[in-house]
Order: sequence, then C-alpha cells, then structure tokens
Amino acid sequence: MNQLLQTENIIKKFGDFTALNEVSISVPEASIFGLLGPNGAGKTTLIRVINQITLPDSGQVLLDGKSLQLDDVQHIGYLPEERGLYKSMKVGEQVLYLAQLKGLSRNEARKRLKYWFDKFDIGDWWGKKVQELSKGMAQKIQFIVTVLHEPKLLIFDEPFSGFDPINANLIKDEILELRDKGATIIFSTHRMESVEELCEHIALIDKANKILDGNLQDIKRQFKTNTFEVGMHTSDSNGLQKELASKFDISKANFKSLEDDLKLNIQIEPNDSAKDLISYLSEKAEINHFVEVIPSASEIFIRAVENNKK
Amino acid sequence: MEKLKLIIVREFLAKVRNKTFIVMTILGPLLMLGMIALMTFITKSSIDKARTISYVNKSELFSSEQFKNTESLKFIDLSHLNIETATVTVKDTDQYGLLYIPNNNVINEVGTKIQFFSNESPSVIFTEKIERRLNKRLGLLKMKELNVDIEKVEASKIRSEIQLQNFEGEETSKFINEIKLVIGTIAGYFIMLFILIYGAMVMRSVIEEKTSRIIEVIVSSVKPFQLMLGKVLGTAGAGILQFIIWGVVLSILYLFLLPALGINTSPQVSQEQLEMAKEIAANSKIELLIQELWQLPIATILISFLLFFIGGFLLYSSLYAAIGAAVDNETDTQQFMMPVIMPLMLGIYVGFAVVINDPHGTLATTFSMIPFTSPIVMMMRIPLGAPLWQIVVSLVLLFLTFLGMIWFAAKIYRVGILMYGKKPSYKELYKWLKY
Repeated sequence: MNQLLQTENIIKKFGDFTALNEVSISVPEASIFGLLGPNGAGKTTLIRVINQITLPDSGQVLLDGKSLQLDDVQHIGYLPEERGLYKSMKVGEQVLYLAQLKGLSRNEARKRLKYWFDKFDIGDWWGKKVQELSKGMAQKIQFIVTVLHEPKLLIFDEPFSGFDPINANLIKDEILELRDKGATIIFSTHRMESVEELCEHIALIDKANKILDGNLQDIKRQFKTNTFEVGMHTSDSNGLQKELASKFDISKANFKSLEDDLKLNIQIEPNDSAKDLISYLSEKAEINHFVEVIPSASEIFIRAVENNKK
Repeated sequence: MEKLKLIIVREFLAKVRNKTFIVMTILGPLLMLGMIALMTFITKSSIDKARTISYVNKSELFSSEQFKNTESLKFIDLSHLNIETATVTVKDTDQYGLLYIPNNNVINEVGTKIQFFSNESPSVIFTEKIERRLNKRLGLLKMKELNVDIEKVEASKIRSEIQLQNFEGEETSKFINEIKLVIGTIAGYFIMLFILIYGAMVMRSVIEEKTSRIIEVIVSSVKPFQLMLGKVLGTAGAGILQFIIWGVVLSILYLFLLPALGINTSPQVSQEQLEMAKEIAANSKIELLIQELWQLPIATILISFLLFFIGGFLLYSSLYAAIGAAVDNETDTQQFMMPVIMPLMLGIYVGFAVVINDPHGTLATTFSMIPFTSPIVMMMRIPLGAPLWQIVVSLVLLFLTFLGMIWFAAKIYRVGILMYGKKPSYKELYKWLKY
C-alpha cells in the first residue's frame, strides 16, 4: 500500500527535554491511522512537526514521498486538541477567512461551505457570532474548517471531546466517509473503543519513543497470549479445575452464561493448538463456550507502556 | 504574500468593527474638544473677568487721569463722599471693592497709606495692576520734585536687541526656536501616544488568539511570523485611520462648531498683552518669522517623522506581540511591561529636560541614536536642525534593531503561542529563544 505520510527519525528537544526521539512512522494512504500514547508522550509535538508548526531538530517528513514544503499546508487539515475560534467574528466570515488561509479562493470556499452547512443543517448560523454558539456547535464549525479545503491528509487530535454521543457519531460517520473518498486520516485519542472501531493502523508513542506500530490486526496477533475463554459443564468442577491447573496456566474468567458453569481462561503453549485443547477438554466436560482471547487496543496500550517502563 | 494580506485585512477589520474602537473614534474628538472648551472657559472666567471698583481719592497727587477705564477694569469715582459713607455704599453692591487714597500729599508717604476694601481678598494680578498705575504716577511726580528732566529720562531709555544669525549669515529670530521646539515635541509625543495605545492593542489581539485557542489552527496554515507581522500592520492601519478621523473631525469642529456655539478659544487680548505683542512684533520682525517658518526643513521633518513613526511602532509593537504570546491573560503582562514603558518615558523625559536646553549636546545626541528612545528624542531635535548624517544613522540603527527585535519576538512568539497555563519568567523566555 502506498504510504502517504512518512516521518523519518524525527528528533525534537526543548532545552534538556527530549520530546521526540528518532520517531519514524508511516501512514498508509486512504486509511485511518491511530496515533496513541500516554499524556505527555510527544504525540502533539509529532503532530505539530507534521503541520510545520514546530520544526524538528533533525529528521524529515515526507508527504507523498516528497519532502514536506511550506505550500503543503493546503493538503493538510488539522483539528488540534486545543481548539477554538475568534469569538467576536461571525461564523460564515470566519470559516471563509480560515479556508482562504489554506489557499482556497473566496468563491470556492463559499460554495463548499454551503454544502457543509446544508449537510449539518446549520445554514442559519452564517451570521451568528461564535460567542453565541454552544461548545458542541462551535466544534462542528471547527470540523468544517478542518475538512473544507478537502485535504489529502487529515489530522484529528481528540476529535470527539466536547461532543454529545449523537454528534460524536455524526462526526465519526463523516470521518469514515472522508476515508472512503480517499483521504488519509491520523487520529489521536485516548478513547480506545474508537481506536478499536476506526483505526486500521496504529503507532504507540511513549516517553518520546515510538514503541509500537503497524497494522492493528497484526499487532493483536503479536500480542495474543494463546489464551482461551472456556465455559464447561461438569459435575466435579473443583476436581476439573485442579486437574487443569496442573497442566495449564489458568485464571478465573467472567462472562455471562445460562448454566452455572466452570468459567476459566486457559493459556496454552505457543506450539499447542486450540484443536488439541478442545479435544482434551471435551473428554472431561461439556463445552458450552470457547473463545480465543484477543487483546483489546486498550490492553495492548497498557502492556506496551508497562513493558517500556522496564 | 497573499496570506499576509488576508491577515492584515482581518486584523484591520476586527479592530475597526470593534465597539470600543467605534465609540472612541466618535467620542475622542468630542472629549478633546470638550476639554479645550472647558479649559478656555475656566481660564477666561478667572483671568479676564471685567471688574468694577469704586475709589475715594482725597489726595491732590492723583486725579481722575489715573483712573481711566480699561476693558477689564472700570472705575466709579466716589471722591465726593467720605470713606465711611463710601464703604457703606459699595459694600452691598457687586463691585469688586473700594480703593481709598487718604488725604496725604507727601509723595514718599502716600503710597504706603492707600487701602483697598473688599469682601473677598483680591487677586494678586489685580493688586499688581492697581499698584502699577499708582507707582507710575508717583514716580513721575517724584522725578519732577527732584528736577529730573523727564524728556531726558525718556530719551535715555535704550533698548538693545541681539541679532541672531547662523554662520552662513542667515538671520534668525528668537521665537522661531520656540515654534520649532513645539513642532518637535508634538511629533515626539504623538509617536509615544500611538505606540502606547496601539502597541497594547497588538498585545491584546495576540492574547485573544491564545485564550480563544484558535492560534493552533491559524499557525497550521501560516507561519507565526506572518501572523505577527500581519497583526502589527493591520493594527497600525486601524490606528492611523482613527488618528486621521480624529484629525479631520477635530478640525471641522474647531473651525465650524465652536464659533457657532459662541465659544471663542483664542485668548482675549488685554491692553497690556497687546502692547507686549506689538513690542515682540517690532523686535522680532514678523516677516522674518514667517519667512523662517517656510524655511524650516518641512520635507525633512515630514519624511523623518513618517520613518521614525513607522520604525518606532514596528519596534515596540513586535515587543508587545512577544509579551502577548508569552502570557495567558492581560493581568500577567504587568511584569513584562516595564521594559516597554521605561524607554518611552525616558525618551519624553530626555526630550523635555535635555533637548530644550541643549538640543545638540552629547546627551541629546546619544539618546537620539539609541533606537528605543530615538523616535521621540530625534523627532524633537530635527526641527531644531539635527545634522542629516545623524538622522540617517539613527534611522539605520532603528530599523536594524527592529529586525533584531522582530527575530527575537518571533522566537518568543513561536514558542509562546502554544504554551498554555504557564506564567513564564524571564529565565524561561531566555530558554525559549533556544528552542
């Protein structure tokens, strides 16, 4: 797959503090890329480097394989985490101004703005001042400002904060639609369920270093522990549990079931197969439930960060 | 370039559409004019009030000759009454008071016996006026008594007048220097005022972008330097517009409205002032004055005013922009304001204390070279004839410093606009320079 954006060995120091230490990521075209990491890990600095707001000490950013130029701002749309609008400026005028700064002509911007206003059904906001809008309303305007110039690369930093569930869904659908139209999206968030839902690729940054990146499915495969969640029906629960404990790593599992089953997480050796486990277990008890435990993005996040501490 | 234009226009419109700006633009001239009218009114009513007094003259040394009415002073002769009756008569009128010259015909004595009765204690100016009249008469009589030839005395009055010339042999008049000084002072003061008002406006506009959190969106589209420059230029445009409106409105009001309201702002000329003016005119040769006014290097003054004005404003407003970027709200700006205000005040102070006495001395020359004070001090010196090479050097220094300052300010600005929730110290600002 073609890589739309690549950063190569980005280093950025603020005085003695290293914000980014040789960070290289590559973002495939027309996909959603999750940029994850704990607070203060360096995500925002990396995003600012990509936006040419902060200049890196060394390393380079490639857009479409070419070194990033000043003019490339028109190909990038950025919704920062710390975002706002001019309070005393009227909505329409303000969006036109910001779109023109991104290189759109006034007429073109007006045309596209009308499309978005109709889409979000907010046509009557044109002449309103921003200070009259609610926080959620202002967020919608900011979203429009980010996408109006139809950039190839969109960067959303915590896009859902401040939205109610309905509007968050609206924005999520818009993001997916933009991807389907060919836009590449970098998505930075702490909400792991949206990472799970949206991101095909992720990179995890911790303490200025990239500690993990790649396709989310591959990473999950990499992080899986050959653990299976099993529900069994038997008359001698205790005896079976003891027997299993002597052969495998087991722990209590929690899931809903109709019967009062023995619920366990059973970890097998990497070389053993699930098939063998099933045939072994089916001799001992009636299997009602058998699922491979796939690590969630949240678990991967926590484990990767924990490992990095060591 | 296209983006810079967009920013300038937005900043300009944002300022001009602001309610405070509109109100101040309208109210400014009215307030100023009101002040002028009030001041004129107060001055006129206290100094030029026409007064009427009565007098009782019992001395043969004085006659009605000495009590001729003038515009500001009217006399009523009550010499036929005795002083007790006269006192009673005058007391309940609105006359200013009663002058009593007792029956004493000794020239050296009578002057100390004269009394003035009034309800309130009379003003110093008033008593001096009366005393001058009396002294003139008594002095004349004394000269007669001493057999002094009055005509000879008059003839012996010699008036010397130093003719001022420069080494090129051009004649100059004394009063032109004062006019030059006034021109310089107004120019310097104007520059300071403009920097203070509109520099702070630049700062507030930077702070607004930080607090509203729009800054990061903007700097992802344009370079922080462009944004800062656009802000400074847009604000300057709004400021110049405001000053032009004030100028036009003020002149219109001054020329048409005030006379229509019957307020005369030119001071009423009294007899004595008129005499003085005549003397001045005779001595200083009005034509020479006008001629010299025309010979003032008007082109030099205007061009250098424009350049110093622009240079000074750019220098200071980039500093203001850096301060705005460094802080989160206006209350935090206090600690950084000193370095901005101090040189401005110093410039004005040096202007008044030094330039007036010694316009081309070492001190004045030095301060007219230092970029932070030069817009003010040099502007005061130029009408007094600062050498061209000094003006050029001062301007070059000013604009070089501006370039250095905007580099420095851009560094602070670039880092500062993305720093939230911290109140930085000078030490931290220094660190930002290295980021």
